[in-house]
Amino acid sequence: MTRLNSYRELEHLRQRLLEQRQTITTTVMVCGGTGCRTSNSQAVIDAVREELTSQGLDGSVRLCVTGCHGFCEQGPVVIIEPGNIFYCHVTPEDAFEIVYQTVMKGEVIERLLYEDPVSGERFKTEGEIPFYKAQERRILSRNRLVDPCSIEDYIAAGGYSALPIVLNGMTPQNIVNEIKASGLRGRGGGGFPTGRKWAECMETPGDEKYVICNADEGDPGAYMDRCVLEGNPHLVLEGMMVGARAVGASKGYIYVRNEYPLAVKNSRIAVEQARELGLLGNNILGTSFSFDVEIARGGGAFVCGESTALMASIEGKVGEPRPKDVHTVVDGLYHQPTTLNNVETWANVPAIILNGSSWFASEGTKGSKGTKILSLTGRVKNTGLVEVAMGTSIREVVFDIGGGSANGNKIRAVQTGGPSGGCLPLDKFDLAVDFDVLAEAGSMIGSGGMVVMDEETCMVDVAKYFLTFLQDESCGKCLPCRVGIDRMLEIITDITEGRGRMEQLDLLEELGDTISQTALCGLGRTAPNPVLSTLRYFRPEYEAHIKEKRCPAGVCKALITYRIDPDKCTGCGVCLRSCVHGAITGQKKEVHVIDTQLCQKCGVCRSECKFDAVQVV
Amino acid sequence: MPLQALDQILEGRRSQPNQLIEVLQDVQKSYGYIPREAIESVSKGLGVPLIEVYRVASFYKAFKLKPSGKHVLTMCAGTACHVRGSGLLLDHAVSQLGVKPGEVTPDGLFSIEHVNCLGACALGPIIAENGSYHHHVTPAKLRKLIETLRSQEVEDAHYDQAQQLPRTGTPAPAAP
Repeated sequence: MTRLNSYRELEHLRQRLLEQRQTITTTVMVCGGTGCRTSNSQAVIDAVREELTSQGLDGSVRLCVTGCHGFCEQGPVVIIEPGNIFYCHVTPEDAFEIVYQTVMKGEVIERLLYEDPVSGERFKTEGEIPFYKAQERRILSRNRLVDPCSIEDYIAAGGYSALPIVLNGMTPQNIVNEIKASGLRGRGGGGFPTGRKWAECMETPGDEKYVICNADEGDPGAYMDRCVLEGNPHLVLEGMMVGARAVGASKGYIYVRNEYPLAVKNSRIAVEQARELGLLGNNILGTSFSFDVEIARGGGAFVCGESTALMASIEGKVGEPRPKDVHTVVDGLYHQPTTLNNVETWANVPAIILNGSSWFASEGTKGSKGTKILSLTGRVKNTGLVEVAMGTSIREVVFDIGGGSANGNKIRAVQTGGPSGGCLPLDKFDLAVDFDVLAEAGSMIGSGGMVVMDEETCMVDVAKYFLTFLQDESCGKCLPCRVGIDRMLEIITDITEGRGRMEQLDLLEELGDTISQTALCGLGRTAPNPVLSTLRYFRPEYEAHIKEKRCPAGVCKALITYRIDPDKCTGCGVCLRSCVHGAITGQKKEVHVIDTQLCQKCGVCRSECKFDAVQVV
Repeated sequence: MPLQALDQILEGRRSQPNQLIEVLQDVQKSYGYIPREAIESVSKGLGVPLIEVYRVASFYKAFKLKPSGKHVLTMCAGTACHVRGSGLLLDHAVSQLGVKPGEVTPDGLFSIEHVNCLGACALGPIIAENGSYHHHVTPAKLRKLIETLRSQEVEDAHYDQAQQLPRTGTPAPAAP
């Protein structure tokens, strides 16, 4: 590819690409996101490609391997244009039919359409499916337009249009004003106003300023940043270019988890391609603006999601946070002014420049503008990535989009914000997805994890889970976090193992308050939230563990026993053969029995039994 | 340990202490873990004190100071997987294989890794076997996965014996 030396050359390239594509009559988009790849979409991609070649359609039909479409539960997902036909759970064996019937004849294959589990109705297009209907997919919808490894796709789809605008006519102050006016707040967890951050960095003098994209998505249960970076890396890069122009940075880093190999690969390819076209490097598009980006791979430490720890890690050091008396916009990476935003924040930027701040602010609430991508997971029917306007209620997300319970159990809570967030009970489901509203209720949006819990989820166990996670991930630098979390975990372990005492609940709250007020970094200060929020909303469940030595959800191992329901057991012997501990006895076709002395409560027999005869009491 | 790969990894990065994590990532990728010799060479190559290289290598979860088994079962411990019962899976793997996370079975065939999130939360519980993802895993599915891998190994061993070929999977050396 030849280097572009002016805005005009970029526009010419765009026109040329669009003309070339006029000969394409049909596009087959197969999701190559991590979710669909887990469901074997690579085999579907190969099969479709082979089928197109054998039918001699390579020239007129375009096969586009895209990033995530969001509806991961239904993967592998295939979309065919024209017609916007949406197929789900596609297998390699379906490739022939898809090419022969849909691509060549324009006929819809009914069996591959999404079927509503309640009404049985089948929907032809994405927009008709309830999961997508209530969403406002400003960022995620762009994943389907591009092959993430093709800068041509991004340019043809209107990408890199914000860059000429900021280089040609907008002063850094104008850019910052526009971002400020949009009301964009950081999508990584803190919710700090992006424009204010940029303004401070812009105003601080420095030898070499930096912009950083935080793609170290450490929040367990959230994966939206990975899907945006994997699916549309140029969008993130363009956002960083705008930011660099505004604050005066000449160097940028994408700090990405090494556990996300596809995100590492796609962002590296994107950087190379942008360099080749001269969109990164010296004198971008013939202007005086020079900016380059490097990929830094994270080492798998949760604390590196904290900005100062992340910067230490880019410098090749141990990722420990430092006090932020002086902000990183003044004293950041290599002690230079640094602007750090997360993937989703950067991805929002180009559209704000293109469409204006008022367009961005047209969605959302008073304090939270735009949309938010949520990772809807756990015990809900439609799991996947969901993008909704800020202000949408939790109820709409869980029941309208998520389709409610996955297995008929009663949904009772949602955990938002990961290890820094909290659990909200069903009667709080009318609360809006909004930075301030959720914080007031004792939780937070965080990076957008939304884990749904039902009556088989033990809230004390969830609190213990987060404490175990945080104890393991605490970097150990400050005492409140290092020792405080340890003590809280000790108490919670006592409770889940039947040794709890009522006065320990007050102690838990006291410890939590102390850590919140005294820990060094944001992650430490928010660490007690999962415990404090479950204590606030699910206290009776703690009390059942302590007073009755009972785990109502049937999760805490020390307080439950496995038994076989004699009315349901058919004596098939599957459980007996599956038990590695030799705890099950019984004759063929007779009721089997579990020896509670030998039983390790591993759950194998329960998941093997086809008659639902193994019960937890 | 062949040090050729290490020279390649250090190429163009010598005397640049800020490249430490990137270099260790590549060492880990080439060798499957960070051997002691590599720590020493990296220290000299980048001009970072030995203790600092060790500190970084032992701080980050991504780096392993011991070799892994032939089949690495990476168990996702993310929240979404947890509420769908991933805790039971870990317990099961530990009891079926007889090793804890981070350890290798005596025959060098299996090791268990327990990681915070594999990032395919919608399809949990997730287990990766040498990087390939298995979704909606139940204790029963895991039991079968381990049994299948084991019986494959036995078959391979018989085949290799019949063909008088050397074994493909070399057992990991005992931990120092």
